[in-house]
Amino acid sequence: MTAADEVEVVAEGQAVEAVPKRAMTLGAGTSLTVLALLLIVPLFAKNFIIFQMTMLLIYGLAVLALNILTGGSGQFSLGQSAFYAVGAYTSAILMEQYDVNYALTLPVAGLLCFGAGFLFGQPALRLSGVYLALATFALATAMPQLLKLGYFEKWTGGVQGLVVTKPDAPFGLPISQDMWLYYFTLVITIAIYIFSVNLLRSRSGRAFMAIRDNEIAASAMGVDVALYKTLAFGVSAGITGVAGGLGAIAVQFVAPDSYTINFAIALFLGMVVGGVGWLPGSIVGSAFIIFVPNISESISKGLSGAVFGVLLFMVIFLVPHGARQVAIVSQQLIAKYRKR
Amino acid sequence: MELFTNQILAGISTGAIYACMALAVVMIYQAIDHLNFAQGEMAMFSTFISWQFMQWGVPYWGAFLLTIAFSFAAGIAIERALFRPLAKAPILTQVAGFIALFSIINSSAGLIWDFTIKQYPTPFGSAPFLGSQLISTHQAGMIGVTILLLIALYIFFQYTRVGLAMRAAASLPESARLVGINTSWMIALGWGMAAGIGAIAGILIAPVVFLEPNMMGGVLIYGFAAAVLGGLTSPFGAVVGGFLVGVVENLAGTYIPGVGNELKLPIALALIVTVLVVKPAGLFGRPIVKRV
Repeated sequence: MTAADEVEVVAEGQAVEAVPKRAMTLGAGTSLTVLALLLIVPLFAKNFIIFQMTMLLIYGLAVLALNILTGGSGQFSLGQSAFYAVGAYTSAILMEQYDVNYALTLPVAGLLCFGAGFLFGQPALRLSGVYLALATFALATAMPQLLKLGYFEKWTGGVQGLVVTKPDAPFGLPISQDMWLYYFTLVITIAIYIFSVNLLRSRSGRAFMAIRDNEIAASAMGVDVALYKTLAFGVSAGITGVAGGLGAIAVQFVAPDSYTINFAIALFLGMVVGGVGWLPGSIVGSAFIIFVPNISESISKGLSGAVFGVLLFMVIFLVPHGARQVAIVSQQLIAKYRKR
Repeated sequence: MELFTNQILAGISTGAIYACMALAVVMIYQAIDHLNFAQGEMAMFSTFISWQFMQWGVPYWGAFLLTIAFSFAAGIAIERALFRPLAKAPILTQVAGFIALFSIINSSAGLIWDFTIKQYPTPFGSAPFLGSQLISTHQAGMIGVTILLLIALYIFFQYTRVGLAMRAAASLPESARLVGINTSWMIALGWGMAAGIGAIAGILIAPVVFLEPNMMGGVLIYGFAAAVLGGLTSPFGAVVGGFLVGVVENLAGTYIPGVGNELKLPIALALIVTVLVVKPAGLFGRPIVKRV
């Protein structure tokens, strides 16, 4: 429509809202309550419920990873499913083909994904906003196809995928496999959560947030934008990889079609519902993506997709900042109540 | 050499599909500065509407026009009801809104018309075009309609008051408001036009990919790719990008060993990522300079 060399000047709106550092975590009291609940509930639950809680934690980790990337450094990603898949396959292959202990496969998955994410962050450096969303979208779409490739079939099992054996509880502990795996996942989740909170409070975290809030100003202040942006990608991918490895062990099966773009979109929705940049919200978001499809299925079988969409719209309209908003409002209510 | 020309022809004919879709993508991007992830589903729904009209005995071109009018109105209605209130929300929230819309439209279409694959008629016939087996008269017709649409859009944006107002509202909303342009309605109009173009794309694509609620999944990805390749700010670029993606996809499938049919999509996408990294504004887009 206009000459090709015409230059458009845009005062770009912020992609991600600035979240103050202190609003990123929960207070000590609330944290301990949540932790106690997570510790005690499985003792009284059936195995299937324990399995679902394990998945809740695992997806929570994956959403957390995306939250560090988007809420922390302000970069989009619709490609998290690809890193999740790499992590899952790394664990599965090491366990099944090379008889490595399941716990040892997780750091390998994490490191490998960190590397992959760091490398992917390089071209991503030149992209932002929609373009970055599209590039990561491409990555997520391509991943199932790459996993099906004939060259790798020796290791990946091709279209069939791999079956993973579930580990028993060690030291002859008298608890079921599901429960052991739950507590194992819980310990890792807590460790990663603490790591993430500290990361965002550290010098690197401040650099991420400076880049998120104003990239040009950040680089003028001496922040190495390229380094920190790729680092954010790497850390995010690494955590997603660990989540993927745990996911493979919990589900006992990996196959290319489990890690499609739909999964990446689900993680993205989880982050939005949980509140962008609010780390504890990750678990709420994870609950949303695990349970809401079931709820909408139970409301109407034929229309489950529509019900899901309507529920999502309700969240967007009523609480546009996700669970963070709910938490802040209820906190204020409690404070008001106490004053009386 | 003959294989090469044949593959290029085949690429152009699939490229026409992507070009149509890319045009709709660019339309909405011009109006709202976002990619609409529900665009494909909106087009699919419009196509079903036109199919329904034909089932009720409306002739093809009648159904065609009725559907465009319906889609135009529906696009405006969706903008007014769902996305107008979100205009100030963060981009991430809006993207979640698009995904919700996607899910709602897809599932309702499945409920109303169910998920079985339906034949869709073509007004151009499906005989070989000019004696070539690779490109049918329908595909030639599709290329023709896409080019007509492009010309119509060019005239609209370049020579009409409303077109000028839309361009003004998209590039400098505040100044546009100062000279009396109702920018909020210009956005709604953009949605309506994008929905209309999407409907045309859907109707043209349906005879090739058949009619079903998931028919647009792959097409939309290529449409995005094409739009980005050509430059999101340029309708002309979008059409060229569409043809290029079609051709590259076909050539890669034929000439790069080990690619075959399965890896066509990743290869096309990899190419696009490469183009983006080298020239982020796309082939025909305007470079965007950020104000500090």
